[in-house]
Amino acid sequence: MSIIKVENLVKIYNSGAVPVTAVDGINVEFEKGEFTSIVGPSGCGKTTFLNMLGGLDEPSKGRIVIDSIDISKLKSKQLIDFRLHNIGFVFQAFNLIPVLTVKENIEFIMQLQGISAEEREKRVDVLLEQVGLLDRKNDRPNKLSGGQQQRVAVARALAAKPKFILADEPTANLDSKSTENLLDIMLKLNKTEETTFIFATHDNRVMKKARRLLVLEDGKIIKDEK
Amino acid sequence: MLSRIAWKNIWRNKLRSGIIITSISLGLFGGVFAIAFMNGMANQMINDLINLELANIQLHNPQFLLNDETIYTIENPEKKIERIKKIEQVKSVSSRTVRMGMASSSSTGKGVRINGINPEIEKQTTELSDKIIEGSFLEDERKNQIVVGEKLVKELKLKLNSKVILTLQTIDNNITYAAFRITGIFKTQNTMFDESNVFVRDKELKEIVHLRENRTNEIVVALSDNDFTKQVKSKLINEFEKEIHNEKLIVRTWDEINPSVKMIQQMSLQFSFIFVIIILVALSFGITNTMLMVVMERVRELGMLMAVGMNKIKLAGMIFFETLYLSLTGAFAGMIISVGAISIAAKTGIDLSPIAEGFNAYGYSSIIYPEIDTAFYFYVMFFVVITAFLASVYPARKALKFNPAEAVRTEA
Repeated sequence: MSIIKVENLVKIYNSGAVPVTAVDGINVEFEKGEFTSIVGPSGCGKTTFLNMLGGLDEPSKGRIVIDSIDISKLKSKQLIDFRLHNIGFVFQAFNLIPVLTVKENIEFIMQLQGISAEEREKRVDVLLEQVGLLDRKNDRPNKLSGGQQQRVAVARALAAKPKFILADEPTANLDSKSTENLLDIMLKLNKTEETTFIFATHDNRVMKKARRLLVLEDGKIIKDEK
Repeated sequence: MLSRIAWKNIWRNKLRSGIIITSISLGLFGGVFAIAFMNGMANQMINDLINLELANIQLHNPQFLLNDETIYTIENPEKKIERIKKIEQVKSVSSRTVRMGMASSSSTGKGVRINGINPEIEKQTTELSDKIIEGSFLEDERKNQIVVGEKLVKELKLKLNSKVILTLQTIDNNITYAAFRITGIFKTQNTMFDESNVFVRDKELKEIVHLRENRTNEIVVALSDNDFTKQVKSKLINEFEKEIHNEKLIVRTWDEINPSVKMIQQMSLQFSFIFVIIILVALSFGITNTMLMVVMERVRELGMLMAVGMNKIKLAGMIFFETLYLSLTGAFAGMIISVGAISIAAKTGIDLSPIAEGFNAYGYSSIIYPEIDTAFYFYVMFFVVITAFLASVYPARKALKFNPAEAVRTEA
């Protein structure tokens, strides 16, 4: 069952002297439980495409329908709320809040969603158990390694119970061991919880683990391998 | 949640937050202390005016006020004084005969207000007797004693026990002279008062100006607390309704008699608020600058918050809370320093003797005891909250303009 449907998506940047087409008429669908890597050379439009999927960037043309909602038609306020309840983000630079503990970083999203303290407490423990960091829940991010911080970021993305998780180069700042570890956790979550992951990556290790590979070039999908 | 994060955030860069908190606290301390100083000066001036010169309320014949003519008197003052004394808040009541005249020595003369008083009752009504620096306050039995201010003594080149000649008009407009011996010299903080007022026994002055015993020019009412002034004035107006209606009597409070002092106090209060606002406006630029640095340093983090679904109100709220905590921490520190410093200075006083000559000429004391109303601290806090809000507007606006997609990829 398709949870994301992308139709004729175009993104043109007009900021410079010459308009730049970053995404050029993408048509694609993502199904629940997919583990997809979007790959391609630098500047091929991976991040732009991912940003539009996440509602962070506005398409110039085309539409993105997530669970029957055309997010390109949502107003700014509605889009923020949509992101909060439907999309999980994992960033290259982890982007944890340094003044909060691991637990608070994960809890934070749930607090934005208005989830009760009791439920948050339970869910934080479950998520930290899943990413193998339950014993570090009261540590600040600066006490953790890069790999551990990215695992916290995954737990934070899952905290909102999103429909899918978008991860932009999640392993770019990690060593091989941490990357393996992170990918194993994500795969496990994908299998056991049916969490949908969509990555934009250069990393061969991620590509190898992916069950679907979308190859982008000049803003177009040139290959869609399952 | 937002407030907790905001509180933690201000301690991320302890040095920077410490500098802005210190500048807020010192700025506010400077402002509050200066205001307490001015307030103390104004209040001392009022207290001196009430305690040494006017008391809280005075009653006159309205005609007397036009030209200080002794002939315009209050009839049967003793009976009126008895009625006034029945009012609960009244501490003491005295009557004075007042005549303008000339005090002369062998070398020079000076125009003065001659106050005929009953020294025993005057002691209960004003504190002038406490300001005697030489001699006594009309205490011995000798006739024709006079108490004069130190400033007048110097101007007339006289000293204690010197003879002074008073030249004045009787109520039937004849010029008369009387010789008095200086048996007391007083010194208040108001040199103008000291050089223009002399005090003699009421009975002797009445004899000199041919004023009948059952007449007086001024009834002076001292209250147990100045806060009762308006209330007692109303009671007096009711009590002497008939006399007031017939224009035989007028009741005036100290601030109606000397409105300039009241005006100084009010101006001081208004200036205090303007002063605090100026300080806070200046500080707000520093706070805005700090918050702008904070926002620009956290572009990626703020981008992440926007990306994951923190709405604009919450994001702006977090920046506002951060600004508020930064400002309030500085303000609390400033208030604590102010309370401590003002409490100490209120006990020890600030001695301005080196420049006291100029101060005394305007009726100010040379030792200032700063004081400030507790409510003022709350007003300051209120202004600080407003300042924090205004100082947070620009940084918050800046943050809200971030594009989350770009912000999350910004280099830290």
